[in-house]
Amino acid sequence: MQTVTFCCALLVIAPLLLIFYTLLKSGIGSVNWDFFTKLPKPVGESGGGMANAIVGTFILLGLASMVGVPAGVCGGIYLSEYGSSRLNGWIRFGADVLNGVPSIIWGMVVYALVVLPMKGFSTLAGGIVLGLIMIPLIMRTTEEVLQLVPNGYREASLALGIAQWRTITQIVIRTALKGIVTGILLALARVAGETAPLLFTAFGNRFWTHHLSDPIAALPLQIFSYAISPYEDWRRQAWAGALVLLLLITTINVSVRVLTRDRFRK
Amino acid sequence: MRPEQRMAVRKYGDRAFKWLTLIMALSVFVLIALIGFELTKGSHLALRKFGWHFLVGRDWDPVSEQFGALPFIFGTIVSSILALLIAVPLSIATAVFLTELAPQWLRQPITIFIELLAAVPSVILGLWGIFVMVPWLRSHLFPWLKSSLGFLPIFQGPIYGVSMLAGGVIIAIMIVPIITSVSREILRSVPGLQREAAYALGATRWEVTRIAVLSYAKKGLFGAVILGLGRALGETMAVTMVIGNRPEIATSLFAPGYTLASVIANEFTEATTDVYLNALFEIGLVLLGVTIVVNAVAQLMLRTLGGPGVRPQA
Repeated sequence: MQTVTFCCALLVIAPLLLIFYTLLKSGIGSVNWDFFTKLPKPVGESGGGMANAIVGTFILLGLASMVGVPAGVCGGIYLSEYGSSRLNGWIRFGADVLNGVPSIIWGMVVYALVVLPMKGFSTLAGGIVLGLIMIPLIMRTTEEVLQLVPNGYREASLALGIAQWRTITQIVIRTALKGIVTGILLALARVAGETAPLLFTAFGNRFWTHHLSDPIAALPLQIFSYAISPYEDWRRQAWAGALVLLLLITTINVSVRVLTRDRFRK
Repeated sequence: MRPEQRMAVRKYGDRAFKWLTLIMALSVFVLIALIGFELTKGSHLALRKFGWHFLVGRDWDPVSEQFGALPFIFGTIVSSILALLIAVPLSIATAVFLTELAPQWLRQPITIFIELLAAVPSVILGLWGIFVMVPWLRSHLFPWLKSSLGFLPIFQGPIYGVSMLAGGVIIAIMIVPIITSVSREILRSVPGLQREAAYALGATRWEVTRIAVLSYAKKGLFGAVILGLGRALGETMAVTMVIGNRPEIATSLFAPGYTLASVIANEFTEATTDVYLNALFEIGLVLLGVTIVVNAVAQLMLRTLGGPGVRPQA
């Protein structure tokens, strides 16, 4: 029985190893200076890079943080520090259900809310959609780490006559800061790879974007459009883009796990 | 500051902070309402024109403005069921291995690998699916299935590579990590006394796992599977890249299919008429309804176990 279940475990992790292997084999040759510094070349010309998509991904993540982090962290604070257990149960339930909403649906909603009124695909819409997806993720992780802060800290602070909101912001949050940041980084790593919601919000762009109201390129979008293209050179770059994106996401995931290994052990 | 001033700052500061955090926490419900409202508003033309027939209509013809969602509903259900058939046994066996059978030193590395697999973006899995998995399925697995199980109608017909079955396999890869990690948490919460009692009665290791652990955790494991189903239904990019995108209802699993999420991804920016766009919004509404119900059921099942609910993987 041990052998059978061990084989199942191997089968489960096999795709990950295969994906890493293929990405390295097909992508590493195309990850060079041009890839990070050049714009995509026009159709038919080979060469060029994904500089705008890489920068675009970071701009979108920055905008997303502005939407997702304040809402997510504040919501998490409420769940952990205030509220009746009944109301909080419902909020948690709502957040978990929201986590299960397919990301493509978020894209449609933001299309109706932002793209239609602004009469065009935009960087802003892309940032908002990723930010909204982050809210329930951050809310749940923030609550979880705040609950790890010993109650004695809160009681000691309140006993000194410090107001509750200052106890929370200066004692509780400061104690759990590392965990909160970990949750935010994991949420960023998750939305960094999202493609579906960006298809009709950020839309993609083959040039640099200078305004929040213009469409913007992002790595996942560029990988998708290159992957389904008929050009050999574009497919080559899709592999390179995928390798860079996966390394970015894996680095965030592995490093936050190493950094928080001893403190937030389950 | 005078003492009364200080008291006032303290009182209003506390109140303001509590209200601020409450509003942010309640944004969850605002967002759920907003999603439902926007999708309904976006699909009002199609709702009025097709009514309930939308769900059973088989035609998807943008030119003559005839829209029926049945091929997509069919594709979503079939690909998700295939994914569950592949992923559930593998995930639960892996969870059993990780909690009951594996030597201590092996548990941590395998768990980390599974968490990393959960973090692979859908579009990268799709890229790998198109260029590595589909060619392999076309030249190895599909011909073998056809020759050995070809008497079944689901394994007949021409082999294209991109197909319903390829879609099912890629979704299975995507939902294995979440089912495994939730099942693992559930198996870990089975009390040790439960196992010891079975051992004391002379049960073998396999009997202990089957009787004392798995049947004890049955309900939670079911919740984990439903949670995986919720993911499977909404999976978009990777599926779109390997399923073939043809709105047909075919018996053979080797034939191309189409899912609710893929048709939105492919056609949303190309929808030229209002009715077309409305029909796509209605597809979104169907998808939303199904995933919300499935996820709510999963959360309720996992919650009645007394835990605080299981947080989906970031």
